[in-house]
Amino acid sequence: MADWSDPRLKMLALQRFGLGPKPGQGGASGDVRERLLAEIRSEGAAQPRVSFSGAAPIGRALYAFEDEERAARESRRVAGQQGMEQGVQVAAAPPMSGQPQAQMQAPAQPVPQFPQAIYREEAVARVQCALEADTGFAERLVQFWSNHFCVSVAKGNFVRAMAGAFEREAIRPNIFGRFEDLLIAVESHPAMLNFLDNQLSIGPDSRAGKRRGRGLNENLAREIMELHTLGVSGGYTQADVTSLARIITGWTVVGRDARLGFPGSFAFNPGLHDPGGQKLLGKVYRQEGKEKGMAALADLARHPSTASFIARKLARHFVADEPPQALAAELARTFRETGGDLAALSRTLVTSELAAAAPATKLRTPQDFLIAAFRALGRKPDFGQIAGPLGVMGQTLWQPSGPDGYPDTSAAWATPEGIKTRIDVAAQLGRQAAGSVADPRALVEEVLGPLASPQTKQAVARAESKPQALALLLMSPEFQRR
Amino acid sequence: MAADDDDCERMTPSRRAVLGAASALFAWSYMPKFAHAAAGSRDSRFLLVVLRGALDGLSAVPPLGDPAYADLREGIALAKDGPEAALPLDGFFYLHPAMPNLARLYAGGQAAIVHASATGYRERSHFDGQDVLESGQSGPGKTESGWLNRLIASLPPGEAVSRHGALGVGVVPPLVVRGQAPVLGWAPPRMARAGADLVQRLGDLYGERDPALALVLKRAIETELIASRQGAEQPRGGGGPDSAEGMKRIAEGAARLVGAEDGPRIAALAFEGWDTHANEGGAKGRLANLLGGLDGALATFESGLKPVWKDTVVMVVTEFGRTARVNGTVGTDHGTGTVAFLVGGAVRGRRMIVDWPGLNPEQLHEQRDLRPTTDIRAVAKGVIADLFGLSGPVLAEKVFPGTGGLAPMQGLVV
Repeated sequence: MADWSDPRLKMLALQRFGLGPKPGQGGASGDVRERLLAEIRSEGAAQPRVSFSGAAPIGRALYAFEDEERAARESRRVAGQQGMEQGVQVAAAPPMSGQPQAQMQAPAQPVPQFPQAIYREEAVARVQCALEADTGFAERLVQFWSNHFCVSVAKGNFVRAMAGAFEREAIRPNIFGRFEDLLIAVESHPAMLNFLDNQLSIGPDSRAGKRRGRGLNENLAREIMELHTLGVSGGYTQADVTSLARIITGWTVVGRDARLGFPGSFAFNPGLHDPGGQKLLGKVYRQEGKEKGMAALADLARHPSTASFIARKLARHFVADEPPQALAAELARTFRETGGDLAALSRTLVTSELAAAAPATKLRTPQDFLIAAFRALGRKPDFGQIAGPLGVMGQTLWQPSGPDGYPDTSAAWATPEGIKTRIDVAAQLGRQAAGSVADPRALVEEVLGPLASPQTKQAVARAESKPQALALLLMSPEFQRR
Repeated sequence: MAADDDDCERMTPSRRAVLGAASALFAWSYMPKFAHAAAGSRDSRFLLVVLRGALDGLSAVPPLGDPAYADLREGIALAKDGPEAALPLDGFFYLHPAMPNLARLYAGGQAAIVHASATGYRERSHFDGQDVLESGQSGPGKTESGWLNRLIASLPPGEAVSRHGALGVGVVPPLVVRGQAPVLGWAPPRMARAGADLVQRLGDLYGERDPALALVLKRAIETELIASRQGAEQPRGGGGPDSAEGMKRIAEGAARLVGAEDGPRIAALAFEGWDTHANEGGAKGRLANLLGGLDGALATFESGLKPVWKDTVVMVVTEFGRTARVNGTVGTDHGTGTVAFLVGGAVRGRRMIVDWPGLNPEQLHEQRDLRPTTDIRAVAKGVIADLFGLSGPVLAEKVFPGTGGLAPMQGLVV
């Protein structure tokens, strides 16, 4: 039975459901469960402080940036031609700086271009939220849903500039709302529509389809069912994928011409929409325009396969690679009975006996590890200190290699190269924090407390230096596993 | 164990201490040289390259001799003539112009191309498709181990290949090498490495408190040891596995380790970015850049593995193909049949391995995809049977379970 007065259980709960304790929070002394539950708020997770409020202003600025770039390229080209005619050498344009690695490797680079500048600001603000949070339970849910509904900045400048706004607008306000609202916010967000190509998809029988002879792109429709709702074995066919692709034709992003609204924001374009009824999972949808897609998503959100799929993924994320069957069933039941109320689901998770009492087997993901380390060490990292370690550990922010997101199992991260790289990161963090941490042995008490094994305490106490002591603390099994 | 101790003398004291208690488990990596494969038998190397995202086989190896090809491919179709002409293979099939090295290897008898191939998987999920491709099972979600790992586990413990384990490239190594048999890990270095003393202390701590972490750390140390004996550290930074530069760096690192006398004989690596739903491009463009990266990596394998190239097979595979017809956004959606490449000095090359199904609508799988007529598992079974001497029953039960009815393809290896 889970005993919430047991300091070990409370300390583990701070790691399992949150982002790990910070010095000065009193460790496991208070009512940890109340602190976790207090982060379940109807308005969702805290909002990072950034200069652009959302997708629309970012979109407008991005279009302006691209127009300027084009004009500058054109004037360089003209100048180059004139220069050649006059026998003058023209300096080459500076290289594009789209890659985060480039930023990491060369701090002396000139001012980053607009999409990368936005990405950097969003990344730092997001980490700041995670560092300021009390337990970090809500932030963990943001990470979970952001990975479940992932976009990747590798797609291009549009997603690079929008990834932070996507999380702020689609994910954060909805993590304690209804799953249906979260789903619709995600699938109608410009970042997702761009990432999975839906803004390019044209109904074959739409006005534009007939005129231009172009057609469907089923990328988003497939991933909505496979990755976002039903799960790959959730009971759909290729015909359902094609139907859903037709249903959501016209879900697009406003271009720079502002014909359908504010540039960079979501719009439904009836000229691209495939008219007529569509059969999806045995049901025919005949609504007009955008409503057809809204109805289909609402049904997908309430589908029993979705409840099971989400429940199991949540349990796997927070508790164990192979979570107790009964826990997944408990979560699925809550999902079904409340119609996908994510606040209720969060409460079920935190108060579940099975979730609290399970042994600490799960290796922290690189993002989780880095944030927990920053919290433990009291760091206020800049962009390079965030992007560098995440890059080498293989979990760059908003850049998974595919739409299934980053892996969420210990098996995937507890690899030889993964652990070795993590040690490199811990060594660097230890060097950075050595000046600000008074006594590593006291820090073990603050952030691991009753979980610290005698061997870990001894290793920290006998370290050859303070940086090494901190690295040992961060790499100890009790810090790595939750 | 005396011979082991001898070998350990070459290690620094700290490394020996790290290996410490669990050294019995790791004896495989310190066996003396005389235990190499029996005299006369081949000391084979096998590298598997997984292209994640589903390679468009009809663009990589276009069947320009098929009259239906040009209409299906519209603006991204390749041509026999002109400034960006595809490279001729056998008169019917051509090679994408971004792959001159593969064309050269093919012409020189060191590359074979399998077309209209697939695993047994017939749905269109990347992740399930890769799971089936790498697990070697008949369906997704059936196992946590990969077929290359089970291949090693099926070999007698003394064999060079099982003694040295497999190399999984990447911070998260491909599923195909994961499993019970030891896996070495390596990724292009991008950050200053921690000191040996810290690593040793953590090895000690894990040895007492966390056997699983102890195991992976020891494997990491072992790989680093081989890499350090093979020469200087690589430059840091650079592109990822979806860029030509990243592919080259990964290929260089893998070749350095696999080419080493005491290195792993088997390696698996992954290149990414092949999911070309939109603006795929023809002779130039997005897919062309990726194919150019793959072509450069193949040339890097050839030069990096020169001393053992005659005993090497590089197999390039992907989870499935893409739609035969170009989609509404000048790209291709998830499909079925595609191509695989066999490259290396041990390949019986200069041939297309194909039972061409045709591209007319009624010849396509579900009227949309290239119909697979060759099971890629038969090809894989044929290659590893010839390279490593595995018997049919072991291949059909352990490595690719439930494939008793699928004979290993004969004569792929010289």
